[in-house]
Amino acid sequence: MTLLQTRNLTAFYGDFQALYGIDTTLDAGETITIIGANGAGKSTFLKAIAGLIRGPADSVRLDGQPIGARAAADIVKLGVALVPEGRRLFPSLTVEENLLIGCYGRKMSGPWTLDRVYALFPILRERRSSAPPTLSGGQQQMAAIGRALMSNPRILLCDEISLGLAPIIIADIYSALPQIKAEGTSVVLVEQDIVQAMKVADRVYCFQEGRLSLEGRPAELTREQIHRAYFGS
Amino acid sequence: MTGWLDALIQGVLLGGLYALFAAGLSLMFGVMRLVNLAHGDLIVLAAFVILVAAERLGLDPFVAVLVALPVLFVIGFALQHVLLNRTLGRDLLPPLLVTFGLSIIIQNGLLQIFSADSQRLRAGAIETASIPLGGGIAVGVVPLLTLLSAVAVIVFLNLVFYRTPIGRAFRATSDDLEVAQLMGIDHRRIFAIAMGIAFVVIAIAALYLGMRANFDPTIGPARLLYAFEAVIIGGLGSFWGTLAGGIVLGLAQTIGARIDPEWQILAGHLAFLLVLVVRPRGLFPRALD
Repeated sequence: MTLLQTRNLTAFYGDFQALYGIDTTLDAGETITIIGANGAGKSTFLKAIAGLIRGPADSVRLDGQPIGARAAADIVKLGVALVPEGRRLFPSLTVEENLLIGCYGRKMSGPWTLDRVYALFPILRERRSSAPPTLSGGQQQMAAIGRALMSNPRILLCDEISLGLAPIIIADIYSALPQIKAEGTSVVLVEQDIVQAMKVADRVYCFQEGRLSLEGRPAELTREQIHRAYFGS
Repeated sequence: MTGWLDALIQGVLLGGLYALFAAGLSLMFGVMRLVNLAHGDLIVLAAFVILVAAERLGLDPFVAVLVALPVLFVIGFALQHVLLNRTLGRDLLPPLLVTFGLSIIIQNGLLQIFSADSQRLRAGAIETASIPLGGGIAVGVVPLLTLLSAVAVIVFLNLVFYRTPIGRAFRATSDDLEVAQLMGIDHRRIFAIAMGIAFVVIAIAALYLGMRANFDPTIGPARLLYAFEAVIIGGLGSFWGTLAGGIVLGLAQTIGARIDPEWQILAGHLAFLLVLVVRPRGLFPRALD
């Protein structure tokens, strides 16, 4: 069943057009990965879904309802949470406060609580009173994912969660993904690391200069197809 | 010797008043990054609100301020929601221009309604009451209450900021407006609540402003200057720093006045400049700013 759909999604930064008519779907329980070179529009795509960039209402639909024109603060309440690129934890809040603000002003309903997040990433419990800038990159990423989970999202949007992290840490963070999916959460990953992206995705979309250049299941895509979609011919 | 000791004590007490002037400004800057050029005039406006409440209802100023508090909270909330939220963005100029305009409107509006006559909040015997400390030194009850109120306001603001969910939202919004929205925080509402609280602090500052000395519609800008200096001396983003900044300013003024009465105001400004030279980020800057 289609949970999220973008249709003819465009996005602008001032006069600069960053996305051209992107059509995608995300089924309930599915994980899709968006790959593409720097500047291909991957982060913009997530921002447009999360409401940080607003467009025509029917360019993004959640459960068939148009949400493209809604504000970010409303969209998270509808069950779509974004883990932003570069973690962007709140530096003047402790780790625990960062997690708590993930469900600000709302009654908790769903599997994710402070205790569940700590069980998923035990190191965060140890560092609960620390200031985010004192955490390692991997710990910061865990906190950023935990913060998004605290809103008990139906859809988790993750922007470059492996960026700047050591391979062993990346493996650590990706090992949490099955537990997140087990709660019925659908996931949209933006990932530069193609190998990682292929491993976890049910389906892959490739962007090139703001346009959709390829779509398919990882097993069905050839290296050449991906190479061409990624870099252009 | 007694004279100097007296100057120190009176300086600390005067610092309480400056800290009250500054606390609201510190809160607005801390949450909204708003430099409010109408701050002094808002304090004077609040003093007139308390005056009207006191005279019309026949109340003591301390009771009148309790009546004025909710009214001013609502005015602050509405001002932010209706007007100031529209000015905030990447460009720093619009809020400066709008609050500057607000300052002129408030001054002239008050002149129109209340004339340029000096006013005062009459509180009866407490105005002149003092507590002798021995050795020829005494502290006035109103100045002492001013300082205690300043400390109470700072403690209250710290509790709100660091112990409550709304305080978390204040800090988060101040840290990163975009990500705060991703958390479901409606920043326009958060800003309006912060302004409402700032107006409550303004009302308390106005109470002591009106009880300690005469006020008229034109004295706002000078209070703004003291408030600014206290915030900058203390370091942006720290309420305790703002209290310390107020006290440094008060001390400098009374010590300056002790040397030569003409030096009172100048000494305060010199202390401000000295802090800017030695510690440009203030005495207690927040580590992240």
